[in-house]
Amino acid sequence: MVVTKHTLVALVEDKPGVLNRVASLFRRRGFNIESIAVGHSEKPNLSRMTIVVDGTTTSVEQVRKQLDKLPDVIKVSDITEDNIIARELALIKVHATSATRSEIIEIVDIFRANIVDVAADSVTIEATGDEEKIGSLLKLVRGFGIKEIARTGRIAMSRGGPGLLPLEGKSAKANNKK
Amino acid sequence: MKMTGAQILCDGMVKEGVEIIFGFPGGAVLPLYDTLPQYSQLRHILVRHEQCAAHAADGYARATGKVGVCLATSGPGASNLVTGIATAHLDSSPIVAITGQVARAFIGKDAFQEVDITGITLPITKHNYLVLDTASLGKVVREAFHLARMGRPGPVLIDIPRDVLAEAVDFHPPSQTELSGYKPTLQGHPAQIKKAAKLIAEARQPVILAGRGIIISGAHDELKQLAETAQLPVITTLLGIGCFPESHFLSYGMLGMHGMAYANMAVNAADLIIAIGMRFDDRATGKVSAFAPDARIIHIDIDPAEIGKNVRVDVPIVGDVKVILQALNKLITPIEHIEWVKQLDTWRREHPSISIRDSDGLLPQYVVQQLYEVTQGEAIIATGVGQNQMWAAQHYCYHKPNSFISSGGLGTMGFGLPAAMGAKAGCPDSTVWCIDGDGSLQMTIQELATIVQEKLAVKIAILNNGYLGMVRQWQQLFYGKRYVATPLSGPDFVKIAEGYGLPGLLVKHRDGVRPAIEQAMAHPGPFLIDFRVEPEENVYPMVPPGASLAEVLEAPKPETKAADSAKLPVSNI
Repeated sequence: MVVTKHTLVALVEDKPGVLNRVASLFRRRGFNIESIAVGHSEKPNLSRMTIVVDGTTTSVEQVRKQLDKLPDVIKVSDITEDNIIARELALIKVHATSATRSEIIEIVDIFRANIVDVAADSVTIEATGDEEKIGSLLKLVRGFGIKEIARTGRIAMSRGGPGLLPLEGKSAKANNKK
Repeated sequence: MKMTGAQILCDGMVKEGVEIIFGFPGGAVLPLYDTLPQYSQLRHILVRHEQCAAHAADGYARATGKVGVCLATSGPGASNLVTGIATAHLDSSPIVAITGQVARAFIGKDAFQEVDITGITLPITKHNYLVLDTASLGKVVREAFHLARMGRPGPVLIDIPRDVLAEAVDFHPPSQTELSGYKPTLQGHPAQIKKAAKLIAEARQPVILAGRGIIISGAHDELKQLAETAQLPVITTLLGIGCFPESHFLSYGMLGMHGMAYANMAVNAADLIIAIGMRFDDRATGKVSAFAPDARIIHIDIDPAEIGKNVRVDVPIVGDVKVILQALNKLITPIEHIEWVKQLDTWRREHPSISIRDSDGLLPQYVVQQLYEVTQGEAIIATGVGQNQMWAAQHYCYHKPNSFISSGGLGTMGFGLPAAMGAKAGCPDSTVWCIDGDGSLQMTIQELATIVQEKLAVKIAILNNGYLGMVRQWQQLFYGKRYVATPLSGPDFVKIAEGYGLPGLLVKHRDGVRPAIEQAMAHPGPFLIDFRVEPEENVYPMVPPGASLAEVLEAPKPETKAADSAKLPVSNI
């Protein structure tokens, strides 16, 4: 039983307490949530969650099925094995002096990131990409002294295909057989 | 039309077919209690502790197949429901629990009698609601009942602030329930059903493991047809008891920790397990890695999350058991397994697990057997938890579904009396016996007051051995006979019964058993019998905790010693 990183995406009702219901299920089954990102989806009353957890494929499948039973969860998929686009956003506040500022800007340009704030002794970088890219950027700017990091955690979707929910009229869960 | 929240709730319950509410009043639910007399269809049964309101609703649901309803006030009223809700959750029993909450403006302020009951019951309900918008209450009630009974049934809780109950709003009856997030699969996958039929046709040593899902789905006839057509021996789980007549020639009793030795042997030797509406609980499988080592497994269940949760499955079929068995039966051609059935009969002869040993003493097994004979197997039996529960499961012969009511998953002591109360309220024409232990009964004994006040003719048989018997048995077998915290200096149950206003009888001798049961049956109201049984009688057979089903301990011959505890593996105890 190999423990690997899994990416689950879920469409859930946009109601109070739903995040708690989802998170609580992971707690009960003994999973550590590595990241969870929640925001609006393409449907008006539904939010989209991207959850990254470590676990064996069978244990993650078990928790996916348990999540699927929650009435507030409209659809949940483990898209780890799919061809996916995964991104996260990071804000990194780096210590900067007049001597180091231009060097930092050079690195930021290479990573196609942006400087979004400049202060007397720091710059704040906004970077988007997969975890690896953010990791590499962090490694390069760490030497200047990092004051603060904020990361959103992963959001992800499959390349191409019909989307998580099929078009109107079809049963959301009928399509969920693996 | 203007209606108050309380009226919307009552109206919704009437429309859902509710007949009985088991409840206990308090400040936050007073607007509801004040409204109840307007709805004469709703009978309210006042319990003496909210836990028992939940158990009674559960017992009602299990006996009738309908959704049971319990009601409690905010704070301690709500938190007292928790054990009852968890019991219903683990045994897939459909109940709707209604709790009062402090007024909306006080929520989150640690107000008097405020408790976050939706937070507390999150992991033990199928779903729960905190109703903050009075206009949504009608829809919530409708959804709650729908969720409780649909798919795999379970408890749903509705938490309603006091001012929502009191507030009057324009009422529009809710339209059709449409829950996009809950659509259980009912039809089994045809290709999977075909595969199952093929495995059944090829099997040489098949057994059916029949669980409570058959009772819930109402698939007893389909099960019988399947078993008879393909000559499949039927073994039930504890909660599956009653789904197949135990007097049937293909019935081989119950499997598991206190299952019949021959049933466990059959599972162990089987080459095909057809598991229907059951969930491979550890008390049923024994050591799971050694469970049915040579068998392929077909697993039929409505809950996809049960597939592959505990054991590997070869052919999973998700859907309603009745629908699937109907489809499967069309593909099954008559087959015989004469050799296999003969083998099982031989095991049953050689290991007669439910025979009662010779003794002049008053044996608890004998009491249960006499209860069976006097009631002719027609009673609904509700049990406590422990030895009394296992003897009730083993020595009463169940013919029909919904006749054995017991807390299987959670193992809740004290379940018996309130569950019997709920069953009797729901099935007034049935004889209802509560078989309980002296320990278990004392956890909810105050409900004697309820059955007297509400004229519920529940008959109670206490298998009184002066111990917390099952724990004592474990201490005897696995902890060097050190009886720590298990002896009970019991009360005088007959006096207690009299105090509550029902007749009681003390029976100390074997000869007194049958006349006492007959007297109880002849009495029109509730009746209690205190059977002083052999104090150190054990439940056998027993698969020791952590052992496989093949390692069953049978009742020792008089000189045999108890098992050596040091050799027993560690497990979920």
